Amino acid sequence: MIWDWNIVKDVFPLIFRAMWLTLGLTLACYAVSLVLGIIWTLLRRAPWAWFRWTVNGVLEFIRSTPPLVQLYFLFYAWPLVPHVGVTLSPIAAAIIGLGVHYSTYTSEVYRSGIDAVDKGQWEAALALNFSRARTWTKVILPQAIPPIIPMLGNYLIIMFKEIPTTASIGVMGMMLTAKMYGAQHWVYLEPFTIVAFFFLLLSYPSSLFVQWLEKKMNRRFDKNEVLHEAKQKGVVV
Amino acid sequence: MTRPMVSYKNVRKSFGQIEVLKGVNLEIGEGEKVALIGPSGSGKTTLIRMLMTLEQPTSGVIEVDGTPLWHMEVNKKLVPANEKHLRNVRKNIGMVFQHFNLFPHMTVLENCTVAPIHVLGLSKKEARERAVEMLEKVKLGDKLDVYPSQLSGGQKQRVAMARALVMRPKVMLFDEVTSALDPELVGEVLEVIRELAHEGKMTMILVTHEMEFARDVADRIVFLDNGYIVAEGPPEQIFEYSSNERLKRFLSRFRLHSVYPLTTRSV
Repeated sequence: MIWDWNIVKDVFPLIFRAMWLTLGLTLACYAVSLVLGIIWTLLRRAPWAWFRWTVNGVLEFIRSTPPLVQLYFLFYAWPLVPHVGVTLSPIAAAIIGLGVHYSTYTSEVYRSGIDAVDKGQWEAALALNFSRARTWTKVILPQAIPPIIPMLGNYLIIMFKEIPTTASIGVMGMMLTAKMYGAQHWVYLEPFTIVAFFFLLLSYPSSLFVQWLEKKMNRRFDKNEVLHEAKQKGVVV
Repeated sequence: MTRPMVSYKNVRKSFGQIEVLKGVNLEIGEGEKVALIGPSGSGKTTLIRMLMTLEQPTSGVIEVDGTPLWHMEVNKKLVPANEKHLRNVRKNIGMVFQHFNLFPHMTVLENCTVAPIHVLGLSKKEARERAVEMLEKVKLGDKLDVYPSQLSGGQKQRVAMARALVMRPKVMLFDEVTSALDPELVGEVLEVIRELAHEGKMTMILVTHEMEFARDVADRIVFLDNGYIVAEGPPEQIFEYSSNERLKRFLSRFRLHSVYPLTTRSV
């Protein structure tokens, strides 16, 4: 088996075009997981124990099942379920499947951020007579979210690398494009190498960015550092 | 006494098996300054936390300006209050906390304008004017755009006071506001409270371990021990003439000087 640049020239544009679908799908799944994640987190704080228990059970179930199985179920089995079953396009099934799966993880991340906010902040918000909604939007979330941005960023990268599983239900991303090209022309080395190259090209800088973000956030929330900066500026002595 | 602003009627509070307040009756008049003193665990902080609606009484009724706080009247019967009722009564009350609880992600000015804007519905300009006025009153007019982490403890506590004052509550609660401060910073905070007290309009309830200060500022001292109000009266009577053994034992732990000659110290 020899590396053939002519094949590369032939297949590269196909995979490059498919990359946009992969990227778009990643962002769509990520958006679903971010929004749904915070909803789970808030539901898990409901005042009724039976409700929290149910939500936790559902989340545990979703988290403990492989995403591939969930994709197969959504795409092949869900349409056959009487009354509630609907037929989903591969892309819709992928967005729902991976979005919901990863929302169970982002929910944990949100929870850790919210738990880290000092109890006194809730009390101060209540003493100032904030409504519940304002307490969340003005006081709690602005403090809970920044420290967890790096962790959320990590899930973006992890999820991006999970997107090829959607090839199994027929999403024409980079993976399926390469596979079909291979099946047609009986060449696999170049297409899959290019796919791997694209994933590396996109995830590695992203992970560097997340690392940088993490350092920046840590510094922002290190009070001593802030105080140190303040001293240098002469705000406090 | 003028008309009652706050009244506790047979209020009890338990945390699990432990009853921290065992039937408290207390009336506080409009504009009155009351200092709650007593050993730790005596229930004095719980007493004001219930008034701030941070803790719900196990039984009994608390009224603010004639309106039940934790209850509302439906068909002439008292039923547990809903969130709307609580918010409506709560707007009369402000609180300053032991650990300041400033919002770290907001500047000093934002700390003092966020509630006026989003709770009282003031315009940004009005809120700013009010906040600046109060921050100048607590002598922090030059720190408007600074973040809390850049302030000393005493400065933080003064911001917290301004933040509560901009809401113009009828009743202000001070929960051991100097306990978390370095000794040299206590004075500046007490000075601000003293000035507020001398303005006279606001009803103030202070939980404090600063006996000198309580004696100086309060119209009335309430001594709690083990969940009961054991003694109450004007400062002079409490610090000088009380014959209550538990009170005398408690006061003997503090060194008190000047103002009144003390007879309670030798116990």
